[in-house]
Amino acid sequence: MEEEKEVMEEMEVEIEDPLPCLSETDTQGIIKGRDLFGYVGIEAVLDQMRRKTMKAGFEFNIMVVGQSGLGKSTLVNTLFKSKVSRKSCTPNYEEKISKTVHLQSVSHIIEEKGVKMKLTVIDTPGFGDQINNENCWEPIVKYVNEQYEKYLKEELNVNRKRRIPDSRVHCCVYFLPATGHWLRPIDVEFMRRLGKIVSIVPVIAKADTLTLEERLEFKQRIRQDLQANGIRVYPQKEYDEDAEDRILNDKIRENIPFAVVGTDKEHQVNGNKVLGRKTKWGIIEVENVAHCEFAHLRDLLIRSHLQDLKDVTHNIHYETYRVKRLNESNANGLALSPLTLENGTLEKSEAESHL
Amino acid sequence: MAAHSTVSRDCEDQDKEYVGFATLPNQVHRKSVKKGFDFTLMVAGESGLGKSTLVNSLFLTDLYKDRKLLNAEERITQTVEITKHTVDIEEKGVKLKLTIVDTPGFGDAVNNTECWKSVADYIDQQFEQYFRDESGLNRKNIQDNRVHCCLYFISPFGHGLRPLDVEFMKALHEKVNIVPVLAKADTLTPLEVKKKKIKIREEIEQYGIKIYQFPDCDSDEDEEFKQQDQELKDSIPFAVIGSNTVVEAKGKRVRGRLYPWGIVEVENPAHCDFVKLRNMLVRTHMQDLKDVTRETHYENYRAHCIQSMTRMVVKERNRNKLTRESGTDFPIPTAPGVSDSETEKLIREKDEEVRQPPHTQTQEQECVTQECVDQECVMHDECVQESVQEECVMQEESVQEAEHCAELC
Repeated sequence: MEEEKEVMEEMEVEIEDPLPCLSETDTQGIIKGRDLFGYVGIEAVLDQMRRKTMKAGFEFNIMVVGQSGLGKSTLVNTLFKSKVSRKSCTPNYEEKISKTVHLQSVSHIIEEKGVKMKLTVIDTPGFGDQINNENCWEPIVKYVNEQYEKYLKEELNVNRKRRIPDSRVHCCVYFLPATGHWLRPIDVEFMRRLGKIVSIVPVIAKADTLTLEERLEFKQRIRQDLQANGIRVYPQKEYDEDAEDRILNDKIRENIPFAVVGTDKEHQVNGNKVLGRKTKWGIIEVENVAHCEFAHLRDLLIRSHLQDLKDVTHNIHYETYRVKRLNESNANGLALSPLTLENGTLEKSEAESHL
Repeated sequence: MAAHSTVSRDCEDQDKEYVGFATLPNQVHRKSVKKGFDFTLMVAGESGLGKSTLVNSLFLTDLYKDRKLLNAEERITQTVEITKHTVDIEEKGVKLKLTIVDTPGFGDAVNNTECWKSVADYIDQQFEQYFRDESGLNRKNIQDNRVHCCLYFISPFGHGLRPLDVEFMKALHEKVNIVPVLAKADTLTPLEVKKKKIKIREEIEQYGIKIYQFPDCDSDEDEEFKQQDQELKDSIPFAVIGSNTVVEAKGKRVRGRLYPWGIVEVENPAHCDFVKLRNMLVRTHMQDLKDVTRETHYENYRAHCIQSMTRMVVKERNRNKLTRESGTDFPIPTAPGVSDSETEKLIREKDEEVRQPPHTQTQEQECVTQECVDQECVMHDECVQESVQEECVMQEESVQEAEHCAELC
């Protein structure tokens, strides 16, 4: 997007000089398309951009965090309509509660209408499953910072690649169990720490156990809790760029967290095949907005805000990390080079994350 | 004519042989109805699993009317509490004093190590109180606060039992009847319910958890009853749904939950096991739960308590023998006939002391000494038996008597 703006500016400068009479029509100096004599073809830049990005493909890294059994893998599969989660990829998969939190990432390249996306799903089995869950968020914080560190090293390299492989976590979906009461201490602790370094999207998992009233009350209480604890979740208020964004994001913020239900099974409803869960008292249609908010989550994550998530990660979270690291090395009097980054700084980033 | 007379004679004979104690069950029934029943039910599990809603649904009351939901800061420092609500319910002249023991805060913290300790301590306290009351002098109005049944709520969101579930049940399975319950079952499809139940039953066996076992029905019960009983046993853990509200379904007003995709009826056996659980708890197995609590769990506690007290007493006594001090203060009565290896050892020691110079003793004396030793044993037993019913002072005297007798011999 920045490239695009630069190109536009350059072109404007070129046009203004040869045709000064046109500047009378617009005080700001921007010449609108309809005022031009002919078709210049500025908007073709968008096409060029589109073609380039389609060739290069997108990268998107999504992390799912939550206790075991909350439907994380199923939801990711439902979101991307393909079997992309660790659960589907590991042969002979058996659900066992692991003793420590370890992160596993699975990458797939999915294609739709010529657009290729390299999707990486980072799973966190073992989170919050033990009796004593103190510091179970630390491996996750460490992982996120490590990805920033990797990118930083590449960026500071003398000979750096044209496209730096982006393994930074663009979005962290945090699964809340549908208790209907409030945020648990572990939820507060996790979101407080991770909200500072990554964009968190909280969702209410397995929400088919809440009636609509209970859902509203639960969401309200969660929002109150989030505010009371100073936790910022995506979309963050501070990063709204203009009024248009703010209106759009406010609507989203009123609905957070989304109450979702995931499934990979299809059933017949009124002659159509729908994704849903069949129970004795009815079929819960996953994509029906009257039933659950899966469609809203999908729209947010994929259809409307995917690029925004990446931008926020790159422009804000990554930059915060970078500034912090540069200040550290300046304070230590060390020149920031890839070599000095190896010693002692990883520990520092860990120490920082003990916030 | 003759036939008629024989018949009447038979009746008379029968009358003569008829004692009439067949009416005992009716007498017991009448007395119990007058006295009323009491039942203490504990509910345990993480917050948000529908415990309070289920209790309200089970007994059709509103025990949890004004619940104060804590805000975020208060919750972080919350510890496990034990709360008691008592309600008197009457139905068709039969009174039930129902006590519900709740455990708010269980499993909610980040670090839940030993969060079941306060629950276990509570149960032990009730046992201890009953033990003291039972051993006391005035036993007219003993309040039975012992926990008769513990409903443990298993989360439907996991993949079976969590580490916390296993630890809790293992800590409590020998103190109370545990009935595991699969909470919020309306989030599961029928197939998922079946799979989870099988998985949970396997894990319960794998970890050696002793949940409440339904008594086997007698062989002379009819087939229908046996089948129902078997169904009940196969339904553990009960997949339940609770509701505080009444909704309208197919023209009827039922207790249920209204969703955009359908209505869940709490009392529909096709939807959940609520009816089975309620029948089990209230209609068929309430008395058995109380009996098992009284006969097994309480007796285990009592025996364990007495054993540890006896060991203390014997240690004290050994110390006293060496220092020749009297007046040890025994806090609780000592046990009769429980394997007192140490007491036996003492008796054997005395035996040997007595037998030491055999050539100086005549046969008669030997008999006498033997008798004395026997007497001492008998006296000891008697004294101890008596002392179970009496106060500490009395026992002290009897023990001293026994020692005195030993010295005599």
